Amino acid sequence: MLGFIIQRFLQAVVVMAVMSVIVFCGVYAIGNPIDIVIPPDATQEIRAEAIRRLGLDRPLWEQYFIFIGNLLQGDLGRSFVYNIPVLELIGGRLPATLELVLISVITATVLGVSLGIYAGYRPDSWLAKTIMAVSVLGFSVPSFWVGLILILTFAVNLGWLPAGGRGDTVLIWGVPWSFPTLDGLAHIVLPALNLALFKLAMMIRLARAGTREIMLTDTIKFARAAGLSEGTILRRHLLKLISIPIITVFGLELGSTLAFAVVTETIFSWPGVGKLIIDSIGVLDRPVMVAYLILVAFLFVTINFVVDLVFALIDPRVRHGASA
Amino acid sequence: MSVPVLSVRDLRTHFFTRAGVVKAVDDVSFDLAAGEIMGLVGESGSGKTVTGFSLLGLVDAPGRIVGGSIKLNGTELVGMSQRGLRARRGREISMIFQDPIATLNPMLTIGQQMRLAMEAHERTSRRGADTRAAELLSQVGIPSARERLGAYPHEFSGGMRQRVAIAVALLHRPSVIVADEPTTALDVSIQAQILFQMRDLARETGTALIWISHDLAVVSSLASKLAVMYAGRIVEQGPTATLLRDPRHPYTAGLIASLPATAEPGAPLSQIPGTTPSLLSLPKGCPFAPRCARASDVCATDPALEARGDRAWRCFHPVGLSEGAVS
Ligand SMILES: Nc1ncnc2c1ncn2[C@@H]1O[C@H](COP(=O)(O)OP(=O)(O)OP(=O)(O)O)[C@@H](O)[C@H]1O
Ligand SMILES: [Mg+2]
Repeated sequence: MLGFIIQRFLQAVVVMAVMSVIVFCGVYAIGNPIDIVIPPDATQEIRAEAIRRLGLDRPLWEQYFIFIGNLLQGDLGRSFVYNIPVLELIGGRLPATLELVLISVITATVLGVSLGIYAGYRPDSWLAKTIMAVSVLGFSVPSFWVGLILILTFAVNLGWLPAGGRGDTVLIWGVPWSFPTLDGLAHIVLPALNLALFKLAMMIRLARAGTREIMLTDTIKFARAAGLSEGTILRRHLLKLISIPIITVFGLELGSTLAFAVVTETIFSWPGVGKLIIDSIGVLDRPVMVAYLILVAFLFVTINFVVDLVFALIDPRVRHGASA
Repeated sequence: MSVPVLSVRDLRTHFFTRAGVVKAVDDVSFDLAAGEIMGLVGESGSGKTVTGFSLLGLVDAPGRIVGGSIKLNGTELVGMSQRGLRARRGREISMIFQDPIATLNPMLTIGQQMRLAMEAHERTSRRGADTRAAELLSQVGIPSARERLGAYPHEFSGGMRQRVAIAVALLHRPSVIVADEPTTALDVSIQAQILFQMRDLARETGTALIWISHDLAVVSSLASKLAVMYAGRIVEQGPTATLLRDPRHPYTAGLIASLPATAEPGAPLSQIPGTTPSLLSLPKGCPFAPRCARASDVCATDPALEARGDRAWRCFHPVGLSEGAVS
């Protein structure tokens, strides 16, 4: 087990190193931020001074190593635009994205898996057919459109829920959170629903496919032959057997939603990192982009690592490194 | 013999598929006395497994029991509620399957799976359950059973896994165990071990066994009586020794002739010509007729079950009897 963890950790380090090079070069290639950072009517001296101050006069590899050196000391640089440490900038926005994404991914998973198991267990019932029809909708309707419809329906026409912003927040560990307040929760509902819909559809499909397949196996037949009740079979056998693909997708979804909740955050003016990065790309705020992408890579690597650990915890075949 | 623990009459289980009705089990009848071992033999697709599933009420859609009667310890199972059936599965009748790798849940320990099977029918303490489980595991030949309760299926060999499955089936000392080719996937030496262990366990516990196999040689060493299935029907049944020595149905005779033990050493084994008919398009009358050397015009009609003493067959032209003896 320890060997497994060390091996995975080393892999993660290599992935992160490679990612940092790619990200750094990629962002470098996008364009020269200097034209955006300083006013066009600035003198040649101001321009040269700014370039030197930002370290843009050095060769790329040197810039990279300075960046890495700082990174290892926990310094990701300062935003060209806001002139505050990038970490502070992103850190201030991350909790908003984090709570929105966690709520939507967890809700989508719990609900989707339950509905999917039902749909797979009773595939011919009308409820199962309804569930599947809804899941097709979730797949095929574009997310921004759903967001707009949600706002139109629940915020504009019915006036039940607010259309944007975070609402009242509470400070926990010095960071503002919306979910502990009623008003904050009301603000989360629509964007979370918007984010969750596609994931819900996917979880339903995944759980249904797994359930249908597993219910036909000898494992289930044997459990039935031993007199186990259907409830016990679903809870103790099925749930464990379908958990592997579900945890995999859960991890992937969590990562990609955290990184790319841009559309929903924009529609619902949710002040998360998605909105920050879009703005930063607009003004070529290089340190923010680099830091953000590195953070995203780190996030994915971490989530993958955790998912692997969870596999090892729940699947004895992985834990024991058996091939069977 | 004593009152049968299991009495099956005219059992019919059909699958209603898109392509048509598959009569997987058609008019099957037999009795099983306490502790008796019956071999159910037949080619692949002849309906052995579906017969077993029918006895436990485990036929999956699109299949269902369309007629007949299954009396287990005097209680009718056909038409019984799922609840009633569940209460009997594992307690009065249980089943083991061919592939021990597929039957046990790879994500649960042996102990957990045995506990689940125990709790299906009684309340037990964890400690009590473990003790019982360990006892049974050592009974079926698993060494240091107590320590192995925490092990997962992949830590066992195929033979050991099948022993675990057998232990699960034996937990509540059922009246009947349906063993569906439980040794086919195993090495020959382990096959024999498990075979005879099962026989001894059945004898000790008074459990009757239905031993399903496509291998006549395997079952005949074990079973006191045989039922030969062909295309969903039992075409012949009777005491093992009599049936092997003096078969009535040409299909049984063909099976016996193809046994290695009955052939001249070095001579090619005889084979029954032709292949099993599709259950979707069975010929009218006797389904074996197209492959049968003894078939005549009369075989285009359904042969009735001919019962003589402790044996019965379904044939107009039985082997070993003069034609005149059959009315
Ligand atoms: N779910 C199903 N749908 C349609 N037909 C089925 C289904 N299950 C079984 N059958 C049919 O029932 C017939 C009997 O199958 P069964 O599994 O009982 O054969 P078997 O004698 O056990 O064969 P084997 O030795 O290969 O295990 C087969 O022809 C099969 O096609
Ligand atoms: Mg079979």
